[in-house]
Amino acid sequence: MGIRFTSKSQAWLWAVVLLAFPLVLQSFGNAWVRIADMSLLYVMLALGLNVVVGYAGLLDLGYVAFFALGAYLYGLLASPHLLETFPALMAWFPNGLHLSLWAVLPMAAVLAAFFGALLGAPTLKLRGDYLAIVTLGFGEIIRVFMNNLDQPINITNGPKGLGPIDAVSVLGHPLSKRLDLGFIELPSVTLYYYLFLALVLVSIFVCHRMERSRIGRAWMAIREDEVAARAMGIHTRDLKLLAFAMGASFGGVAGAMFAAFQGFISPESFSLMESVMIVAMVVLGGLGHLPGVILGAVLLAALPEVLRLVAAPLQQLTGGRFDPAILRQLLIALAMIGIMLWRPRGLWPSPEHGQSSPGQRAP
Amino acid sequence: MSEAVLNVRGVGKRFGGLQALSGVDLRIERGQVYGLIGPNGAGKTTFFNVITGLYTPDSGQFELGGQTYEPTAVHKVAQAGIARTFQNIRLFAEMTALENVMVARHCRTSAGVWGAIWRTARFRAEEADTAARAQALLEYVGIGTYAPYKARTLSYGDQRRLEIARALATDPLLIALDEPAAGMNATEKLELRALIDKIRNDQRTVLLIEHDVKLVMGLCDRVTVLDHGQRIAEGTPAQIQRDPLVIEAYLGTGAH
Repeated sequence: MGIRFTSKSQAWLWAVVLLAFPLVLQSFGNAWVRIADMSLLYVMLALGLNVVVGYAGLLDLGYVAFFALGAYLYGLLASPHLLETFPALMAWFPNGLHLSLWAVLPMAAVLAAFFGALLGAPTLKLRGDYLAIVTLGFGEIIRVFMNNLDQPINITNGPKGLGPIDAVSVLGHPLSKRLDLGFIELPSVTLYYYLFLALVLVSIFVCHRMERSRIGRAWMAIREDEVAARAMGIHTRDLKLLAFAMGASFGGVAGAMFAAFQGFISPESFSLMESVMIVAMVVLGGLGHLPGVILGAVLLAALPEVLRLVAAPLQQLTGGRFDPAILRQLLIALAMIGIMLWRPRGLWPSPEHGQSSPGQRAP
Repeated sequence: MSEAVLNVRGVGKRFGGLQALSGVDLRIERGQVYGLIGPNGAGKTTFFNVITGLYTPDSGQFELGGQTYEPTAVHKVAQAGIARTFQNIRLFAEMTALENVMVARHCRTSAGVWGAIWRTARFRAEEADTAARAQALLEYVGIGTYAPYKARTLSYGDQRRLEIARALATDPLLIALDEPAAGMNATEKLELRALIDKIRNDQRTVLLIEHDVKLVMGLCDRVTVLDHGQRIAEGTPAQIQRDPLVIEAYLGTGAH
């Protein structure tokens, strides 16, 4: 992980906590584990966006598009919809297209990476606000496509959404069914927790390694000063495209997982608000710093759900005049403003080397 | 005549109605500190930006280390072997001093995504070599102890040194300094002069664009003077100082 373990025992402690966590949660109800599952998906999204925004400094406000692409790819390949639209395909796949997870994961990553580069290519000369506007448009374009591609040929089933989507099977066991281990029963949500946790750990590993590499340094150089980076011989075009593609591939994988987990997807899940939330996770947590990004994602994904618990009693206190949904949004907004006021560089920013100036001159 | 590191002929560049450069020649030999001076608006910076690929020239032949190069893209020029510093220092502020120099090794190294993720033996060897060279360069310019500090926390003079170390890290044939003494006090200027002297003594070649005539005259082996986009003089500092055209360009023709 991005956190430097001071000892092996600390790493073991983390492993035990992360593995036991859903077992404790599930005793309070599966809804809690579900929140943990969604948080893990958001962590993956935030990690992917962090490659683009945190490392390469390219503000992407349409990141949810890649999440949507992954989700629809899995949705189409693992639901009866595609064969209903194209009966001709039925002859080839009489039992329906039910692609396995291991086939879909790389496909989702590659498709999203391709679209990431496609978005990157025309925006190479844009920076900051201008780039944000173009990427925002891209995110909406994808969503609008999903919403309207039910005519003339029904590909995405439009606003009605796609379903039922097959659950993921691991080692022959579909994760939608509970697993009885004899001494303990693991419900579907807990099984998904472990799958998502594994994917998140892989994502963290990849990000961590990239951060401390020649390519990671070049990304950060582009973020800091593009002109200087180019003058040092860095081919900024290729590296920006790589950042877009790599960041997008995380989103694509998370999307495919989301589709399998929910069993149903519709364009509604991929609104601009989602993109904004993912950007907020990265920025609030600590731009470019993995532990911060993870913390931001977990907090912002779980906070709205946890606040339900707070909102309900408050509503009763005020005699039902407060709408809990609005109250929740208000509390989240206050939390975000608070963080930006007291921790402007994020909750857990990268450590400040040499905060105090090291003095006037070298010896 | 010794071997030319940079040899450009007939460089022309026009911005709309302004002929910023016309037919400028420049020949720099190995181990020289070469000065490029001229009054404000003479075309120094334009020339600098042309040879480093920031502006596309309208005409001219460009040779670097005996081979022709096309100054069409900044990163290609850097790869070909011209490293530059900036008039207003442009460091990677949020990266450490060491990382700043390591970044500049980018074009001389080749590790890709695969190597980075799996930490292959080749990747690790390359990283270790990059870090070692970067540390050595920081020590070379005299800021070795500041390696773990973020670039923005260094003092002004040290930021200049860091920029020079970063430029040296690209293994350049020619290192081009754009007004390095700008904003420096007298002590800092003396130290800068010592550093450039040291770089020359290591058989490296330096192109110096500078306003500070005293620094240029004291340091450079040869000097070219630009005025109104044209070369008006070329020679040793002593020759330049006596050149009537140069005196006229700097002081104007007195009212007769």
